[in-house]
Amino acid sequence: MTPPLKEAGAQPGKKHMSLSQAVATLVQDGMSVAMEGFTHLIPFAAGHEIIRQQKRQLTLIRMTPDLIYDQLIGMGCASKLIFSWGGNPGVGSLHRFRDAVENAWPAKLELNEHSHAAMAAAYQAGASNLPFAMLRGYLGCDLPKVNPQIRTVNCPFTNEQLAAVPALRPDVTIIHALKADLRGNVYLGGIIGVQREAALAARNVIVTVEEVVEKLDLDINACVLPHWVISAVCHVPGGATPSYAHGYYERDNAFCKQWDEIARERDSFTEWMERMVMQSPDFAAYRQKVSAA
Amino acid sequence: MSTVSDINYSTDEMMTVAASRLLADGAVCFVGIGLPSAAANLARLTHAPEVVLIYESGTIGAKPEVLPLSIGDSELASTADFIVSIPEIFRYWLQAGRIDVGFLGAAQIDCYGNINTTVIGDYDHPKTRLPGAGGAPEIATSAKEVFLILRQSPRSFVPKLDFITSAGYLTGGKSREHAGITTRGPTQVITDYGIMKPDPVTRELIMTALYPGKTMEQARAATGWDLKGAVHMEQLNPPTEMELKVLRDLHERTALAHQGNRQQVARS
Repeated sequence: MTPPLKEAGAQPGKKHMSLSQAVATLVQDGMSVAMEGFTHLIPFAAGHEIIRQQKRQLTLIRMTPDLIYDQLIGMGCASKLIFSWGGNPGVGSLHRFRDAVENAWPAKLELNEHSHAAMAAAYQAGASNLPFAMLRGYLGCDLPKVNPQIRTVNCPFTNEQLAAVPALRPDVTIIHALKADLRGNVYLGGIIGVQREAALAARNVIVTVEEVVEKLDLDINACVLPHWVISAVCHVPGGATPSYAHGYYERDNAFCKQWDEIARERDSFTEWMERMVMQSPDFAAYRQKVSAA
Repeated sequence: MSTVSDINYSTDEMMTVAASRLLADGAVCFVGIGLPSAAANLARLTHAPEVVLIYESGTIGAKPEVLPLSIGDSELASTADFIVSIPEIFRYWLQAGRIDVGFLGAAQIDCYGNINTTVIGDYDHPKTRLPGAGGAPEIATSAKEVFLILRQSPRSFVPKLDFITSAGYLTGGKSREHAGITTRGPTQVITDYGIMKPDPVTRELIMTALYPGKTMEQARAATGWDLKGAVHMEQLNPPTEMELKVLRDLHERTALAHQGNRQQVARS
């Protein structure tokens, strides 16, 4: 076991800062922001901080805009959504997402809709400094008819036609990880999703972490993002709840079901967000309210 | 002495059992959440111990003790042979043609096995916005064949979809091949009445097998198109005692594990 920070007696490096400072400095109105985490390690604390700081006109990017984007969309932070599956996993609809698409509440939401395979490839292209991604995809699918960003390209060698989508290059990518060391190197474990690609495709990267340790003591092939590609590391224990962090805590399935009720009506949603998120100074205070409820 | 026909079982159990029997031992199966996951794990726990279950969260060779509620539950990560990233699962494993069976659920299908999970009504002014594509468009075209499992109703089995999210046989005949798709498509559609298969020429879905006690009339009434039945209709066997026991134990373990998970149920 790696000794925890307080026993180590060392000071975190300059990449370490508070989440509110990171969001205030790195996320501006009108930016494109990707927040990734495939069911696992979803950066809820960072989502709440963006809502609390009332960021506006964001282009939100995420393969699976689940509860976290339902909250951001319902609170009026987004004007555009780039995504590939928008539901509450294992529960049903995202009511705030649907209200925005079906009734433009609280604001019109422009959609740029893909499949998972295409989104993943688009992040890879961004991380690889390529202008577009290609894939064997979208065959017989109507999405290219409604998304002009899905096009085709012919192989210069065989002339085979393939689907093409533009690279994703977010202004900021935000992820939640298991551990960081004092310099700000970050370790992801378990289901790692598309976080590495999303981070390496972005201009700036914010990482919230469960734990800060003096030194990461890992297998040489472990999934690590080095401190020099990261803009800010924020120590936010529990920062992925109600999703889970492998080896730290389980997914709060009860809350995900409860969210269906909270978000179903505009009034109940707004009241809940005001009380639980807006009136909490930070994520730790929010978590205390949730566990007291 | 109780005989097989004396056992009580639900339609959901019959569906799950019928679907699980279709999965061959050793098959590499890309599994969706819900009924596909229940059927695939029942197969793994009964006749197909060597089946390889892949969930799109990147978990390869998952052997969950309890059924996952989401596609990326820790149960899948903890029991997988190994875990890969999302780009890798879609590119090296699915797109590369390593998947034998794509096992999917759906909100709505048409008579050619096309799937809509995007929108009811016009795309720009939808009556109902559905979750969207997820992994399904490429699973439907890159897996060697596809099994679909969903309950029948005139609203879920419609003559024509408002939106094709994932390709079945498109407009029938050879249109799937003409669209550049080289895989077999939805070879089995498991419903709550029985099993449908595509007609070899027209590719329209035909009822080819019925569960005990279910009739073609009932199946037709639950279908939005003029559903045809096979000339030689197969009568499927009810679940065996063993199949039911394994399935019920699985559901019971699942209910127990997901109960009170706020108390952080510790499992090794």
